[in-house]
Amino acid sequence: MANIAPPLPPLDVTRAPEGGEVGPVQSGWRLAAREFVRNKLAVVGLAILAFFVLFCFGGPLVYHGNLLNTNLLGVNLAPGPGHPMGTDNLGFDVLAELMKGGQASLEVGFLAAAIGIVIGALYGAVAGLLGGIADAVLMRIVDVFLSVPILFVVLIVAVRYGASVLSLSLIIGAFTWLVPARLVRGEVLTLRVRDFVSAARAAGSGRWRLINRHLIPNALSVIIVNVTFNVADAILLVATLGFLGFGLHYPTFDWGDMLSNGIGYLQAGYWWQIYPAGVSIILVVMACNLIGDALRDSLDVRLRKR
Amino acid sequence: MTAYLVRRAAISAVIAFGLSIVIFGMLHLLYPSPAIVVLPPRTPEALIAAWNREHGFDDPVIVQYLRYVNQVLHGNLGYSYKLNESVTTLLSQRWARSAYLSGSSLLLALLIAMPLGIFQAVRRNTISDHVTTTAAFTAYAIPDFFFYLIAIQALALTFPVFGYEASQSSSVLAVMLDWHDMALPISCSTLLIVAGYSRYMRSSAMDTLAQDYITAARAKGLPERLVLLRHLLRNACLPMATIVGLSIPALLAGNLVAEVVFNYNGLGLLFYDSLQTEDYPVLLAYTLVGGLLTIAGNFAADIALTVADPRIRLA
Repeated sequence: MANIAPPLPPLDVTRAPEGGEVGPVQSGWRLAAREFVRNKLAVVGLAILAFFVLFCFGGPLVYHGNLLNTNLLGVNLAPGPGHPMGTDNLGFDVLAELMKGGQASLEVGFLAAAIGIVIGALYGAVAGLLGGIADAVLMRIVDVFLSVPILFVVLIVAVRYGASVLSLSLIIGAFTWLVPARLVRGEVLTLRVRDFVSAARAAGSGRWRLINRHLIPNALSVIIVNVTFNVADAILLVATLGFLGFGLHYPTFDWGDMLSNGIGYLQAGYWWQIYPAGVSIILVVMACNLIGDALRDSLDVRLRKR
Repeated sequence: MTAYLVRRAAISAVIAFGLSIVIFGMLHLLYPSPAIVVLPPRTPEALIAAWNREHGFDDPVIVQYLRYVNQVLHGNLGYSYKLNESVTTLLSQRWARSAYLSGSSLLLALLIAMPLGIFQAVRRNTISDHVTTTAAFTAYAIPDFFFYLIAIQALALTFPVFGYEASQSSSVLAVMLDWHDMALPISCSTLLIVAGYSRYMRSSAMDTLAQDYITAARAKGLPERLVLLRHLLRNACLPMATIVGLSIPALLAGNLVAEVVFNYNGLGLLFYDSLQTEDYPVLLAYTLVGGLLTIAGNFAADIALTVADPRIRLA
C-alpha cells in the first residue's frame, strides 16, 4: 500500500550540549551525519540507491543490449550468453530494459519529489511568516487539496493528456507539496519564537543571517526527510499507473511497465521478465524509506543515544 | 468541547466546499463538455454546439458549477452517458461491495497492527523486532498489484486453495459469505495496510514507552501485562485515529487496484472502466465522493480523539 499517511513530523534540532562539561562545539550537521552513518540500515539504503543510480545512468554506456529491433526468433529467452537477464516477449534485452526503465522511474521519482518540495517549502514558509488570517486561509487550501484522492486525479489527467516523464512529475508534484507545506509552516512557526532565534537577533544578526543560519538549516531537516518518502511514493504511483494501462508511452517506459508486461507470463514461468523489475522497485523504494527513517532519527535530538 | 466540535464541523464544511470547487474546476478544464464522448466521431461543429446548448454545457462555468452542486445536494450525482444510467444508481449498486472489502481489511489491519506495533516497541532491537520490521518495510515497498498477482499465482493457481478472482455474485450477502473467493483479496489488502500502519504504531508505542507515567506504573509494581494493557495500549493507539483518517485517499487507491486485479465489481472497478470510456460524469462523481469521504474520515477521527483523549477535550 503506497503512501499510507504523511510521516509524523520530526522534532526540531536543539544543539545545546547537556551537562556541565562543554567540549569542542560540533555542528549539528556533523553530529547528524555521525548518527546517520552509525545506522547501518541507512548506509545500506544509501548504497542501494547509489548503485541503482549508477546502474541505470552509467550502465547503458558500458552495456549495449538490443532495445530497438523486435527479434521474433529470440523472444522469451531464458538468461544466457548474449543476454544475461534473458529477453522479453518482443526479443528485447531485459538487462538493457532494466537500465532504461530505471531511468524513467528514478527521474519521475526525484523530479516529482523536487517539484513538490520546492512548492511546499515556499508555500509553508510564506504561510508561517505571514501568520494570522492569511496563514489560516492558506492552510485551509492545503486541507482541501489533501482530501483530493491523488491516484484518481493522476489517472484522469493521464487519460486525457497522456503521460510523459515531465507531465507525470508535474501532476504528482502538484499533489505532493501539501505535507511538506504543513511541516515547513509548523517548523517556521515554532522557530520564529525560539530562544536561539531571539538570541541571534539580540546579538545583532541581520535578517539574512537569521534565515540562512537558523531558519533554513532547521527547517531543512524536515524537508530532506520528506523528499526521501516522496521519491518512494512517486515511483510506486508511476508503477501502478503503468499497470493500470495509463502509464508512460513507448519508447519511454519504467520498471512498472516492465513488471506489468512481464506479469502476463507469470503462468508460463518466465521469471526473468518479472523479478528483475519487481525487485528493483522494491529495493529502491525500501532504500528511500530506510534513508528517510534514518535521517529523521539522526536529526531528532530526542532519539539520540537511546 | 461542544464549541470545538462546532468549529471543527464548520471547518469541514468549508473544506468540502473548496473541494467541490477544485474537483469540478479541474474536471471542467479537462472535459469542458462530454459532447466529444457522447456524440459520434466527426460530428459537425454546429451539432456539437447545439448539443452543448441543449444540455447546458455552454453556460458560464459558475452557472454549471452551481447547477451541479444543487443537483448533488439533492442526491443526483449526474448521468452516465456511456452506461445510460444515473451515477447515483451506479454508485448505490456498488458501494456495499467496496465498503465490505475496504472496511473488513481496515478493521483486520487495525486489529493486527496495534498489537504488532506494541510488540515491536517492547522488543525493540531484538531479532523478532528486526524480522517484523523488515517484513513490514518490504511489504510497504511492494507495488500493490505485484503483491496481489504473486498471491494469486501462489495461492490460487499453483496451489489452488482460494479463488483467483473475487466473488462475482450479485448479492452482497452472498459475497460476504463467499470466503473461498474473498479470502485472498481481503487478506492481501489487509497485509498491505498493516505494513503501513505498524510503522506508525511502532514509533507511537516507542514514544509512549518513554513517558513518565509508564515508569511510574512500573515503579509502583504493576504487573508488566497491565502496564502494557492499561497504560501503553490506550495511549499508543491515540495517534492511529489521525493516521486512519489521513490515509483514506490511499485506502481508496488501494481499493481501486485490488478491485481491478481481482475483478471485483465495486466502485474502484467502476472508476477504472469509466476511465477507459472517458465517462466523465462517473469520474467526477467518484472523485468528489472520495474527497468527501476523506473529509468525513478526518472529522470522525478528530471526534474520536476528542472523546478518547481528555488532554484534547479540556484544552
